[in-house]
Amino acid sequence: MAIADNSTDGSLHGVMRFVRSLAGFVVVVALTFLGLLAITFFIGRVVPIDPVLSVVGDRATQEQYDAAKIAMGLDRPLIVQFFSYVGNVLGGDLGQSVSTNRAVAADLVRVFPATLELATLGIIIGVLLGVPMGVAAAVYQGRAADQIIRVLALLGYSVPAFWLGLVGLAVFYAGLGWVAGPGRIDIFYDGIVPPVTGLLLIDSLIAGDTDIFFNALDHIALPAVILGFFSLAYIARMTRSFMLDQLGQEYVTTARVKGVAEWRVIWVHAFAPIRVPLITVIGLSYAGLLEGSVMIETVFSWPGIGNYLTVALLNADMNAVLGATLVIGSVFIFINKISDVLYRILDPRSRS
Amino acid sequence: MISRDWLLDTSPTSRLQANAGRAYIAAGQLLRNPLAVIGGIIILLLILTAAFAPWIAPESPVGQNLQNRLLPPSASHWMGTDELGRDIFSRVIYGSRITLMIVALVAVISAPLGLIIGAVSGYFGGWIDRIIMGVTDVFLSMPKLILALAFVAALGPGIENAIIAIAITAWPAYARIARAETMTFCNSEFIAATRLLGASHMRVITRHVLPLCVSSMIVRVTLDMAGIILTAAGLGFLGLGAQPPLPEWGAMISRGRTFILDQWWVATMPGFAIILVSLGFCFLGDGLRDVLDPKQSGKS
Amino acid sequence: MSAPLLSIEDLRVSFPTPKGRIEVVKGVTFDLGRERLGIVGESGSGKSMTGRAILRLIRPPGVVTASRMQFDGMDLMALSEADMRALRGARISMIMQDPKFSLNPVMTVGRQIGEALRAHERLPRAAIRARVIEMLNAVRINDPERVAKMYPHEVSGGMGQRVMIAMMLIPKPSLLIADEPTSALDVSVQAQVLDLIDDLVRETGMGLLLISHDLNLVARYCDRILVMNAGEVVESCAARDLHAASHPYTKGLLAAVPQMHETRDVLPVLDRSAWGGTGT
Repeated sequence: MAIADNSTDGSLHGVMRFVRSLAGFVVVVALTFLGLLAITFFIGRVVPIDPVLSVVGDRATQEQYDAAKIAMGLDRPLIVQFFSYVGNVLGGDLGQSVSTNRAVAADLVRVFPATLELATLGIIIGVLLGVPMGVAAAVYQGRAADQIIRVLALLGYSVPAFWLGLVGLAVFYAGLGWVAGPGRIDIFYDGIVPPVTGLLLIDSLIAGDTDIFFNALDHIALPAVILGFFSLAYIARMTRSFMLDQLGQEYVTTARVKGVAEWRVIWVHAFAPIRVPLITVIGLSYAGLLEGSVMIETVFSWPGIGNYLTVALLNADMNAVLGATLVIGSVFIFINKISDVLYRILDPRSRS
Repeated sequence: MISRDWLLDTSPTSRLQANAGRAYIAAGQLLRNPLAVIGGIIILLLILTAAFAPWIAPESPVGQNLQNRLLPPSASHWMGTDELGRDIFSRVIYGSRITLMIVALVAVISAPLGLIIGAVSGYFGGWIDRIIMGVTDVFLSMPKLILALAFVAALGPGIENAIIAIAITAWPAYARIARAETMTFCNSEFIAATRLLGASHMRVITRHVLPLCVSSMIVRVTLDMAGIILTAAGLGFLGLGAQPPLPEWGAMISRGRTFILDQWWVATMPGFAIILVSLGFCFLGDGLRDVLDPKQSGKS
Repeated sequence: MSAPLLSIEDLRVSFPTPKGRIEVVKGVTFDLGRERLGIVGESGSGKSMTGRAILRLIRPPGVVTASRMQFDGMDLMALSEADMRALRGARISMIMQDPKFSLNPVMTVGRQIGEALRAHERLPRAAIRARVIEMLNAVRINDPERVAKMYPHEVSGGMGQRVMIAMMLIPKPSLLIADEPTSALDVSVQAQVLDLIDDLVRETGMGLLLISHDLNLVARYCDRILVMNAGEVVESCAARDLHAASHPYTKGLLAAVPQMHETRDVLPVLDRSAWGGTGT
């Protein structure tokens, strides 16, 4: 609505600017992605394990070894190898996983929805709790509420996710029995619901199977709350700092001078301008949860991309490690840049 | 001579007086912030514990005693014993040395690296700036933990490689800060004046630009310490960091994972140590930021 | 003067510093009827803090005390926060210094003006819109329909300040505080904005408290002048008697004003020792 208000004049100019910023966005994302590829390629090259040896075995003759090396393209200059690597990745070929004996790309497609489901629920919890907490902390700056929220937020920076996961399991699963244990769903429910979105909570609702829905909810609750806690810490902290900044602005005083009710001063005048930077924060936090899910998934045996990555790490399955790194990195970059662009599109100040 | 009034004089007559006055005010503000004081005490305790570990720890961190396996916390074993009968409290005490070494080395490697790269980038500007910041941006828009994991996977597990991997992922943030600070200072009159006096680029950077970046750098490094500790512990937990029998806290939690449902203390105790130390750095960093870098107060 | 509109006695505002509490307003006393009163002083003299203290806008850790602060028979210090809110805007309003900072950047001009009205009167949307347009006309804005839909960053400084005036006068207050209303504006539009304020004040019979650092400006637009220095009122006189001011600070200020046909080689600066000021 706010955008429509403003597009009355100079709309052609606006379109041009939009196209230009879109082009800039694509270039930046492409370059960053190329940088990511360069890093994973580099990491793949410095692995002390000789990739040729792992194919031909220790007892291969020198001729067999050389032949395999040429067949794998490892005799070519590095830059050529890099571009063929980029070509492969763009073509969806991330190599073969040693541990699952399947294409890494296919594996990743299979495990990704589980991570997406977990991180999304986590961010929802983080936003719903974190934003009001941050606002409250800023409004009651220096008072008890502020101190409590501040310590809680700092705890989010200080508690190891894997430890909190273990303690959570010990207390709420083993101790109190409030939630289901590790895994995404009880074994006897596994594979019953036809995958549509890959998100169990949604698929089970589509299938109309409430038993499975509640079982899945039971399983996801604890890891999602823990992830939510970490995003809450970050979101609350940033919200607080943005709000403190806003509450000191002249136009907030102006609103008070007008005799506007205090809740309106806070939520309309002080909060409205920070919605846009908050989107960036939430985006970053969401991307951070994808990363944080590595530890949480490992602890909860959650069959997502993080768990896939750590299993691959333990098996020295480099193709799988690099593939997972690439996917998490790409999603991370993408969310990062998208929130950056949203910032520019949504803020009326940047539209003039 | 050194009186309170002298320190608080708003128009100092010498550089010494100005610096002393600023330090006095900063220290005063820091001491009035209870969280910062708590943080400082925790860090001090960490350093003392690491320095005097052999005298504090009642037992050896590696000596096994299978008769005492998995004993719950008691008067003789404050934090219980692990699956090899080792006293967990002693291991946590010795673990402080590893943690302190990791954070110190990461800070010593990445902060000066980032500082110099950022200052050079911001000072010269132009294409140098664009290339350096391009590389920095790539690193910054990458998930740190994942990157560190991939690096360690490539370099091989071990504490040295973990430190290198963390340092590689940590410097870009510092380069960013140093660049931003440098750019604001570069346009200021006093840098122009120094240049006019004939100072070389090298001298301007080392004598005038870098010292001005230091305070925001200290704040940032302190705040990052918690993240570094968590990443190191995470690597240890995944078996990629410190290797057994080293009493690294993350690795200890990993060993205790098997017993979490029945012998909760094995995994839980080292976690408290991690939280305490991370929290200490957070508190101190937060307090330092309020004092040294009030503009940034409250931001990430 | 029978019961004045605003009566202030011994107003003090203080803030904590590392050296202890510092008073920025040190016992200011004055009455204001339905007249135009100017407060002049350098920056840091406490004049803006006085304006904000009247509206009880000083936030902690700032502390305000006064032995009397009465507006229209009400004790401002004793009012509840809710009563104070009902008073702000509706009875006492304040024009802020710089429209660049004092208008909300993400809200259209029309909405911001309408909000000032809505805070105090329950009116249908159409009525509010009509009043907003009417008010924009009153502050001499051409094409008010279009301006109402603009964001603050899209209007010029002078227009922004007129928007500010419209916003502050739309609920028809009886006292208007103008805190350096033109110091952020181009010289060319300063007079226009002040003339506008002056006209509106005369039309509605409001009291005006004009806060400024500009002696000439205050002398021209006010009936009475208070000169403030270092938190204290050092001079109080009718505007036309300003040239006969007695306090050395006021004399110093007057002497420092450049003349059109200048014969002096050097403009004198304030000699602060003359009145034993603290001078910072």
